[in-house]
Amino acid sequence: MKAKARFLIAVVVLGLLMTGPFIVTSFLVWVDMKEGERLMLTELLLSRLPLGTTMTLFGFTIGCFVLHKLFKQYVEGLLGMGEQLRLMLGANRNFRVKQEGPPEVQQLAQAANDLAAQRDALMSDVEAQIAEAKASVEEEKNRLAALMSELAQAVVVCNLDGRILLYNNRAKLQFKALSQGPTSVAGGALIGLGRSIFSILEKNQIEHSREVIRQRLAAGKTPIANFITTARGGQLLRIQMVPVLAAAGEEGQEAAMSGYVLTVENITRSLEEESRRDQALHDLTEGSRAALGSIRAAVANLIDYPDMDVELRERFVKVVDDEASRMSRKLDQTMHDFADSMKSRWPLEDVLAIDIVAAAQRRIEDRLHLPTKTEEIDDTLWIKADSFSLVFALVFLASRLQDHYAPRELRFRIINDGKLAYLDLIWAGPAMSSETFYTWEGESLQAHGETSSLTLREVIDRHGGEIWYQREKAAHRAFFRFVLPVATPTAELPEERRSTGRPEYYDFDLFNFEDQTIDLDRKLSELVYTVFDTETTGLEPSNGDEIIQIGAARIVNNRLLKQETFNQLVDPERPLRPESIPIHGITEDMVRGQPNIDIVLPAFHAFCEDTVLIAHNAAFDMRFLQLKEERTGIRFTQPVLDTLLLSAVIHPNQESHKLDVILERLGIVIDARHNALEDAIATGEVFLKMVPLLEEKGIVTIRQALEAAEKTYFARVKY
Amino acid sequence: MKKILIVDDEPNIVISLEFLMKKEGFEVAVAADGDEALSRAAAFSPDLILLDVMMPKKSGFEVCEALRADPAQAALKIVMLTAKGRDTEVARGLAIGADAYVTKPFSTKDLVVRVKELLGLA
Repeated sequence: MKAKARFLIAVVVLGLLMTGPFIVTSFLVWVDMKEGERLMLTELLLSRLPLGTTMTLFGFTIGCFVLHKLFKQYVEGLLGMGEQLRLMLGANRNFRVKQEGPPEVQQLAQAANDLAAQRDALMSDVEAQIAEAKASVEEEKNRLAALMSELAQAVVVCNLDGRILLYNNRAKLQFKALSQGPTSVAGGALIGLGRSIFSILEKNQIEHSREVIRQRLAAGKTPIANFITTARGGQLLRIQMVPVLAAAGEEGQEAAMSGYVLTVENITRSLEEESRRDQALHDLTEGSRAALGSIRAAVANLIDYPDMDVELRERFVKVVDDEASRMSRKLDQTMHDFADSMKSRWPLEDVLAIDIVAAAQRRIEDRLHLPTKTEEIDDTLWIKADSFSLVFALVFLASRLQDHYAPRELRFRIINDGKLAYLDLIWAGPAMSSETFYTWEGESLQAHGETSSLTLREVIDRHGGEIWYQREKAAHRAFFRFVLPVATPTAELPEERRSTGRPEYYDFDLFNFEDQTIDLDRKLSELVYTVFDTETTGLEPSNGDEIIQIGAARIVNNRLLKQETFNQLVDPERPLRPESIPIHGITEDMVRGQPNIDIVLPAFHAFCEDTVLIAHNAAFDMRFLQLKEERTGIRFTQPVLDTLLLSAVIHPNQESHKLDVILERLGIVIDARHNALEDAIATGEVFLKMVPLLEEKGIVTIRQALEAAEKTYFARVKY
Repeated sequence: MKKILIVDDEPNIVISLEFLMKKEGFEVAVAADGDEALSRAAAFSPDLILLDVMMPKKSGFEVCEALRADPAQAALKIVMLTAKGRDTEVARGLAIGADAYVTKPFSTKDLVVRVKELLGLA
């Protein structure tokens, strides 16, 4: 029962005690009396009733006053003390119960404080031991981190859901260089702990490589997979994947993959040199064939027909002489070019033909809005290809077909013809002229705004392939046939089994994380959050006040990541209020020339993707964001937690829930405050302290937290 | 007498082929590029054409496609000669209707045997 209700009952009982005995006695006496006595008594009583009532009321008032005093001191005092004790027990160990109220309560408080002191002594002893153990673990982790940061290659470690567990500085730089558009505002939010790698790399390719590794593991081969992919801006990345294997349970059991390590190399820059080298080699081999052909034929004639006349003989000898010296010159030239170019090969990788088709289908449907289908498909056929340029070539042809013949749909076919793979792009429609096709062949690839310096012919040559146009007259349709060399997987001997011991440096709890699309029944301690704060020109968003700064940090796996932050000033495109400048410390000079909210909001939205939002007094900040919905088209639909409301849930009997007061109450020391990022970080610290306190109250999931917050008094105050 | 049209832009190979085919008793005509090949084919109406792939104006593939599209040339045998030795290119040549595909450098004896086979003289 609530304390207030108990107090009301006590008041009623007091009233009954003071009036009850008199009324009962009077009633009994009245019943016993005769008519004459009753008249006399009535007369006697009525004349003195005001005095009696006054005295009774006076006594009742004093009684109530005493009762209230006692209630305040004992019941409410003890309730408050109970909350303080909980605080001392959990969130803030250094908190001590205030010694106030009557002596008995003060004695209790003293005893509780003494107990706390005793506990602290014991705990610091235990903590010292734990700290020692932790330090050695931490040292190992740091050693790994140092090792990784030294690597010249970009390294990213992910769990099976594609969440990033670990990355090095090189990876951050590599991906930051690739980021374009809104994510490059405020330092590029592409890469970060707990974020999905699929926002950077194609999911299909990762999944394909995982499958390759799984098969190689099962076959006892080195578990490694390579692929080439294009990132935003047409950059070519060569990616190598190796698995992180969980410790095998039983002897002889397959070690399960619990994540993977990706090493990423940007190979775009070497392309030009590689293609020159390719050209040189090509010139050398194919350029020699013609000359050699002439020589061979001339020599054969000279031998076979020794009786030919002198003039003819001389002409044949001249052919041999001509061609031989032409070949020598060509050889010199080619060798010269060859020496200039790069040593590494043009990166043709083994790819499943069906993956190329799938990638092309997706692009054609996305970019050209042209439906696609597959017909006869050999889904086991591996080809040697550069997937990027090959897919581009397919999309290019599709786009040309769309422009010229507007086919209703395109179809794909993959046929295995021994050493050659046929990849057909089929459409129904009228015959096209060979001339048209030859024109397309010589054009630089371009489709839907993307362009390449290569022509279709060059792409085909680079693959050592062929392409032609062919008609299926009976079916009234035609196709482009790409002929590509089939990749024959090199036979590898099974290696000695690797030791199945747990790798020494991989000890990250995140490996056990599952997918984190926001599920309201997940535990508060398991979710990924974005804590944020805004600074504004004033307090009235509906009256034209605007955001001038957004600061945010991420909470992943119960850790506040102070490196992965978002901190951006915003030009409000209106003058600042002079009276607000001392509060946020942001001046006119600082905001002018900064991006406006139309640019910053999409970037912030990307930063918060798939996370729960947290803010102190979130209603205020959310109001500003919501007012921009219509203009920017950006909506924040994820759940929002408010540390102010959560504080009211945890400590309903404390008066203030201001951020400063909560920080002090929970024993959190923060260096600087009142800049949006610093306040966001402070809010994050507060939230992390609150999670165990909420758990004590039986609030474990985010759904429970949202419901509890909604019920608090403060939730009813709306902006 | 069977007629052979030699199409190549390299005079040094044309001279040998022309000599060889004449010695083997064929009537020979020569064209130096794709366009000339088509006009010669119409005027000379050869039984067989030795067709180089890499030529100015029209490539051998284009000439081959044009000839195959012409019903008047249905009986014409086409032997493609090329400096490119790739399987993929051979596949293309055969797909668009060439009867044989010979890669340079080639043995003149083999070429003669191949030509005679195609003309039903072997």
